[in-house]
Amino acid sequence: MSEIISVKNLVKKYDNDFIAVKNLSLKINQGEIIALLGPNGAGKTTLISTICGLASITSGSITVNGFDVIKDYRKTREIIGLVPQELALEPFEKVINSVKFSRRLFGKKDDVEYVENLLKKLQLYDKKDNIIKSLSGGMKRRVMIAKALSHNPKILFLDEPTAGVDVELRKDMWNIIKELKNEGVTIILTTHYIEEAEMIADNIGIINHGELLLVEEKNKLIKRMSVKTLKVKLKKSLSTIPTKLKKYNLKLIDEGNSFHYYYNTGKERTGITSLLSDMNQIGINLFDIQTEETSLEDIFVKIIKD
Amino acid sequence: MNLRGIQAIYIYEMNRSFRTLIQSLVSPVLSTILYFIVFGAAIGSRMENISNVTYGAFIVPGLIMLTVQMQSVNNASFGIYFPKFIGTTYELLSAPLSFVEIVIGYVGAATTKSFSIGLIILATSYLFVTIDIVHPIFMLFFLLLTCISFSLLGFIIGIVSDNFEQLNIAPMLIITPLVFLGGSFYTIDMLPPFWQNFALLNPIVYLISGFRWAFFGIGDVPILTSIFFILLFTSICISIIWYIFKTGYRIKS
Repeated sequence: MSEIISVKNLVKKYDNDFIAVKNLSLKINQGEIIALLGPNGAGKTTLISTICGLASITSGSITVNGFDVIKDYRKTREIIGLVPQELALEPFEKVINSVKFSRRLFGKKDDVEYVENLLKKLQLYDKKDNIIKSLSGGMKRRVMIAKALSHNPKILFLDEPTAGVDVELRKDMWNIIKELKNEGVTIILTTHYIEEAEMIADNIGIINHGELLLVEEKNKLIKRMSVKTLKVKLKKSLSTIPTKLKKYNLKLIDEGNSFHYYYNTGKERTGITSLLSDMNQIGINLFDIQTEETSLEDIFVKIIKD
Repeated sequence: MNLRGIQAIYIYEMNRSFRTLIQSLVSPVLSTILYFIVFGAAIGSRMENISNVTYGAFIVPGLIMLTVQMQSVNNASFGIYFPKFIGTTYELLSAPLSFVEIVIGYVGAATTKSFSIGLIILATSYLFVTIDIVHPIFMLFFLLLTCISFSLLGFIIGIVSDNFEQLNIAPMLIITPLVFLGGSFYTIDMLPPFWQNFALLNPIVYLISGFRWAFFGIGDVPILTSIFFILLFTSICISIIWYIFKTGYRIKS
């Protein structure tokens, strides 16, 4: 996949001397979905704003499709669509007119067929002549997406696309995002919902205090960072961990009736076989075993804390 | 140049006016008719002619100026402030539009609206008084330039305003008094000598004088001075807007 966005040593300092982005570098490939995770104030929205032209750059450079976002802003912006976090819409305008307006701003000719298909895809067609003010929050969110896609962009920025929307609509949004990916659109989304990133992203970027802590393929990241928990329920309770088993760092729970064993699935050996063998040797019988997988959320919390 | 982008902003703004036609058109025209009735017919019938022009006809250029200046400022300031207020400026800033194109769209629409209102008021005035415009082409040119310059001023006010109160402060507390004291209803030489000199500090005097010269061939100041002032005012507004967009002041974070 070819590189479509390149951010080099980006610094964004606000007038009040707050540094929102600190020497951040990032590369995004065409056609991928990257989820930028980070707590509030981490710098996610500022990063998006500098790429899209909403915020000035203090130092560093950003190129989109090989063009500089400042010098060649027309060439970069014409292939970018942006859905900001806040629902910002002209309340007294009809849905169809609002979408057409967005398309025209990008210098594109009216294309009734494209716009109508877009509205159908986003389940907005029946509402096309409705005044935006009369729509529900979820519908307004869809209008925001329709406006961002009105000029058929190659890159779509979604800043907290499912913030404050119900579960059903969130899943609809995920399906829309997946469809766009299938059409070759590069998608950059910021989110608080780890589940969202886990469900739809190809790559994960974690930002905190204006710094990019990591960017990695989601599955690799989960595999690398994943720590599974083996819960062993015993036939007879233990008051302490026997000496032979101390090397496994076991944690007694349920008043000694069970213990937890933590292991990394990314390593060659999990140590489970030897643990069970050692237990057998010293006469500890197990009653039941079960495993729990570490979620992306656990990984995110661990990286942020580290 | 992104002509479709400019056209989009322009049409969008014009449509907004059509949605609020009473506020945009009927209200200023009605106010002006009331001025004609009160100052032109009721009071004006008892006033002497000024430079061989009946008082009713004399106030026509001043009334047009009064209305178009206020309308230009209000339309342009609201035009750019409303997207700021509802947060839709992100669309403008993330679109492949230059700052000049954005200004042309908004100021062009505000100018069109106020210029049209100016012409409607002129047409309405024929219902009350007889006017022979001495320099009609120059009158249209001067009216257009006034609409453009005050729309630019309104655009600046809309950009720098943080709330609706600030949006109204400059038009209410600065522009309205200057326009009323700028000779809309009188000539400067009707004032006491001290106030005549004081009045010359008011830039609106030069605009009303220039516009009145186009109508009747008479003015408080030489026409070239009026032209100089309107061009100076326009240049200052353009420079401020250039600075705003260059630095992103109150637009970009």
